[in-house]
Amino acid sequence: MSVLVYTESENGKFKKNAFEVASYAKVVASQLGTSAIALTFNVQDDEILGEYGISKVLKVSNDQLATFSARAFADTISQAVEKEKAKVVIVSSSADTKFMAPILAAKLKAGYVPNVVASPENTEPFTVKRTAFSNKGFAHTQINTDIKIVGVSNNAFGQHKNKVAIEIEDFNPNIDDSSFSVKSVEVDKVVGKATIADADIVVSGGRGLKGPENWGMIEELAEVLGAATACSKPVSDMGWRPHGEHVGQTGKPVASNLYIAIGISGAIQHLAGVSASKTKVVINTDPEAPFFRAADYGIVGDAFEVVPKLIEKLKDFKAQNT
Amino acid sequence: MKILVCISNVPDTTSKINFTEDDTKFDTNGVQFVINPNDEFGLTRAMWFKEKQGATIHVVSVGEVSVEPTLRKALAIGADEAIRINTIPTDGLFVAQQLAEVVKNGQYDLIIAGRESIDYNGGMVPGILATLLDINFINTCIGLEIEGDAVTAIREIDGGKETLATTLPLVVGGQKGLVEESELRIPNMRGIMMARKKVLNVVEPTDSIRGTEDAKFEKPAPKGAVKLVDSDKIEELIDLLHNEAKVI
Ligand SMILES: Cc1cc2nc3c(=O)[nH]c(=O)nc-3n(C[C@H](O)[C@H](O)[C@H](O)COP(=O)(O)OP(=O)(O)OC[C@H]3O[C@@H](n4cnc5c(N)ncnc54)[C@H](O)[C@@H]3O)c2cc1C
Ligand SMILES: Nc1ncnc2c1ncn2[C@@H]1O[C@H](COP(=O)(O)O)[C@@H](O)[C@H]1O
Repeated sequence: MSVLVYTESENGKFKKNAFEVASYAKVVASQLGTSAIALTFNVQDDEILGEYGISKVLKVSNDQLATFSARAFADTISQAVEKEKAKVVIVSSSADTKFMAPILAAKLKAGYVPNVVASPENTEPFTVKRTAFSNKGFAHTQINTDIKIVGVSNNAFGQHKNKVAIEIEDFNPNIDDSSFSVKSVEVDKVVGKATIADADIVVSGGRGLKGPENWGMIEELAEVLGAATACSKPVSDMGWRPHGEHVGQTGKPVASNLYIAIGISGAIQHLAGVSASKTKVVINTDPEAPFFRAADYGIVGDAFEVVPKLIEKLKDFKAQNT
Repeated sequence: MKILVCISNVPDTTSKINFTEDDTKFDTNGVQFVINPNDEFGLTRAMWFKEKQGATIHVVSVGEVSVEPTLRKALAIGADEAIRINTIPTDGLFVAQQLAEVVKNGQYDLIIAGRESIDYNGGMVPGILATLLDINFINTCIGLEIEGDAVTAIREIDGGKETLATTLPLVVGGQKGLVEESELRIPNMRGIMMARKKVLNVVEPTDSIRGTEDAKFEKPAPKGAVKLVDSDKIEELIDLLHNEAKVI
């Protein structure tokens, strides 16, 4: 028996969430009295996982798997599960993983619980706490199948150092050509900029900003903070900002450390998608805006005055603190 | 082309969420149920195929008789026939197995589901369904074009989008982007009248395994009051974020 964790990487390097899921896997392995084994794809610095409690790596080096393919990755993970007789599989909540994990669940006939926010509260029956109803509630969910898949919510568990000795073993999966029947033609992705999925800070603008021409200050604030930019749904519906920036119940979820909402009223559907963020700041002219009831800090004021001042003060702060 | 749209019957997005029976059940008291928003985008894209390229659309929902108004709404929007699988939809693995039977019997070319149900947020039914059927699958789909058997699709990824090529038969997990918000349809009187006469078949469930079970629910802890900072003292906000929240 073992716990297997799928660690994501990009261009040969682990993604930030890889260390979070590895930390989580170590905790589950300890609870079950076994060890945590990681599966890596085309990564150079596998050893670093030892810092997070991983005692063995199954290292896949395969050009066919250089770009993500949901089915081929699920094939590989299921073969690793079989080889290591894994009973629990830990995965992240990235878009790629949410594409892949259901395929894996079907292959392994495994119960899969996504959006898990804490280590298992019980191992018999195996029970985890997850968000439900778009962050308006939590469920304590039991997994009843022999093999269990746990999807760890972004940024909910954190990275925990726990150094152990690590061994690295090459792993060569057998992947059928038919697993590549969905082919990637083109990837259109921002480079060198934080994304909503993995940014520590997200700066978001709403209809209160009046028009797309006013986004310069949002971009600048995001740049000073190293943050990703986001927006409310009407802003993307009106074409002021790309759809990929729409956050909320029907858009992307946000689970950053800091979420700054500027000119956003805080409608229930918006809050549902951003409430997993740890600290929320609201800037709004209307003291009655519902967002003030959901935020930690707020400024009642005009974004066109407050945001430029905030940018200046943050620049001073950064200059003193770096 | 024969299209199946999988419809999850969910609480309206403005619903207050409460639990009952010692926090083991979702309290449906006073809750309005609607077509899951992600599925509504999918159904509207299916209507586009029907009108522009010719297609028949069936809609299916796993649920008890209480889901029928939602299926009738889908018929009023323009689906041709509805199927209800008569059982309580417990977990994603179970629901996907039920749907797989309908797909096998119906010979569908394209199955459109949603990226996730906004109630239980499983986000797994379409992927499990495709895998059980051993057919192609694309998740978080925000663009879908079909010519003969050839499919070009766009999916949302973290930080951007990816264009994919594949072939029918196909399952997609759809969301906003499949069509725009402004293209969604409100059923008109004629549609509602016609929907009454359309076929709604009720089929009994098949034996299936269940993967998970929600033992208990809980509401988030109430939030403390917001700390307001004067707009003339922005350095106070920076100080709070740095020293108190420790996020910058
Ligand atoms: C099925 C469904 C799903 C939905 N899903 C989502 C979703 O996923 N995400 C989402 O965001 N919405 C969603 N919505 C829409 C949601 O109900 C709200 O309409 C939307 O969030 C409002 O966006 P907003 O706050 O930008 O605009 P508004 O509600 O118009 O608010 C603008 C705010 O800006 C403030 N303001 C004005 N001028 C200034 C200024 N100069 N400086 C500072 N503040 C100013 C105003 O006081 C106001 O509070 C959904 C709706 C439905 C029906
Ligand atoms: N009870 C159900 N009946 C029919 N389709 C469903 C049902 N539950 C989920 N689906 C479909 O699967 C998608 C994803 O749901 P879920 O995996 O529950 O988040 C939904 O958007 C629907 O298209």
